[in-house]
Amino acid sequence: MTAPQRPIPHPTPETQRYWDGCKQHELWVPFCLSCQQHFFYPRRFCPSCFGWDIEWRRASGRGKLYTYSIQYRPQAPGFTPPYVTAIVQLDEGPRMMTNLVGIEPDPDKIHCDMSVEVDFLDLSDEVSLPVFKPARS
Amino acid sequence: MGLSKKAAIVGVDESDEIGICEGKTSLALHAEAARNALRDAGIDKSEVDFVATAGPSVMQICEYLGIQPSYMDGTSVGGSSFVIQVEHAVAAINAGLANVALITHGEMGYSARRGTASRGIDPRRFMDPELPSVQFEMPYGTGGPPSVYSLACMRHMHEYGTTHEQLAEIAVASRKWAQLNPKAFMREPMSIDDVLSSRWIAYPFHLYDCCLVTDAGGACVIIGADRARDLPKKPVWVLGSGEATTHTSMVNNPDLTQTPARYSGKRAFEMAGLTPKDIDVVEVYDSFTYTALVTIEELGFCEKGEGGPFLSKQRSAPGGDFPMNTNGGGLSYTHPGMYGMFLIIEAARQLRGECGERQVPDAKTALVNGTGGSLSTTGTLILGVD
Repeated sequence: MTAPQRPIPHPTPETQRYWDGCKQHELWVPFCLSCQQHFFYPRRFCPSCFGWDIEWRRASGRGKLYTYSIQYRPQAPGFTPPYVTAIVQLDEGPRMMTNLVGIEPDPDKIHCDMSVEVDFLDLSDEVSLPVFKPARS
Repeated sequence: MGLSKKAAIVGVDESDEIGICEGKTSLALHAEAARNALRDAGIDKSEVDFVATAGPSVMQICEYLGIQPSYMDGTSVGGSSFVIQVEHAVAAINAGLANVALITHGEMGYSARRGTASRGIDPRRFMDPELPSVQFEMPYGTGGPPSVYSLACMRHMHEYGTTHEQLAEIAVASRKWAQLNPKAFMREPMSIDDVLSSRWIAYPFHLYDCCLVTDAGGACVIIGADRARDLPKKPVWVLGSGEATTHTSMVNNPDLTQTPARYSGKRAFEMAGLTPKDIDVVEVYDSFTYTALVTIEELGFCEKGEGGPFLSKQRSAPGGDFPMNTNGGGLSYTHPGMYGMFLIIEAARQLRGECGERQVPDAKTALVNGTGGSLSTTGTLILGVD
């Protein structure tokens, strides 16, 4: 018997570039050429200034743990509690939902605003998922 | 100013039973609550020309109830829907587009979890693979409200030093109110230690930081100022109202320590010409202890970040000087999924003086704040009696 599979994201035409980057284990984020800021999640326009002149830029993969929580009840197939759900603020500005990995799910060890860096989890041949781990000091 | 005192809530009630309603459907709960609220108002169904609901489509509810209204509202923004629909009803009545508004709710939350009924909301609507939340959040094991409200609470604890004990104070105060409410689901005594020793659901939330999941329906009836005084019950005036949304998914909340209540509340107070000091009874959505705590801050009852200390020492419990969630709240009275209607029902009953043991003496003004989604959307009402 195989373990139930985690949910695998389905790229759409406007998010395909993001997932293509992830497949290469690179984090690419859209950038608004009008108001000169990154944004997330991907859209064909900037949700801040509504400019449609955007380009994709590779992000550093570094950021800070904005917040986290430790899930003690399974919320989705393929997850074994306890696991850490987190929001990371990228150094480029945008925030994204993620998992914090590479650290015990222990509030004595995890702290808001700690430095984190991206890692990638290969969910299938086609889809890799960015997750974050404590930054190497 | 604005819509202040243009219309009143003249009928409120729950479904015949709340808590566990075996053998019923969510639609049946809508109907029972509608009949009971219309009876409370002394108004015949044939007079209803505005219908609003959330959960099922409004046309489904109209057909089921046998009403063919000339104005309808299906604003579906989670637990705040019904509170926001009150503002819409008042606006429609004030514009001359409607005369008698009926807002209904019904959900089989408890039974749906046990597989013996359907809740009244199709869960597949949240599972569309093109939704940003399905693509960018669910792959990380997010799911029910505890998995994301816990993220907001954690940031609040980090920025303001809010503690588990302060959150537990809210759960305990609500339980004390529930002990005075015969309709409440959870009435056993509960201590701060009981809350702190309950199991983790999603750290920083213990089990008793989280609301109930029950079966329940509720409804309310709203009518213009010209007729409100001629009905059997004391009219509960809508003195002020506001609604706001800032995001849908928690990750896109511009500041995780905030909620849109700072906007909807400001507008409601301005419309009513009142300030937080003028409010006698407070009914705010408590999907989690934290939801109530942050909402009190956002509405301006205390300084930002001071919600924990403000609600400590059982200040919001019976006998305290800040009566809040006087029916026992979503934490101890009932919470079927979208709780907002029950805030309205309790506020109206308090203002009419119908609350028996849990009556707040001389309550003349009440504030209702419904919160929907992931702290996404709020509706604020300021209500009062002559």
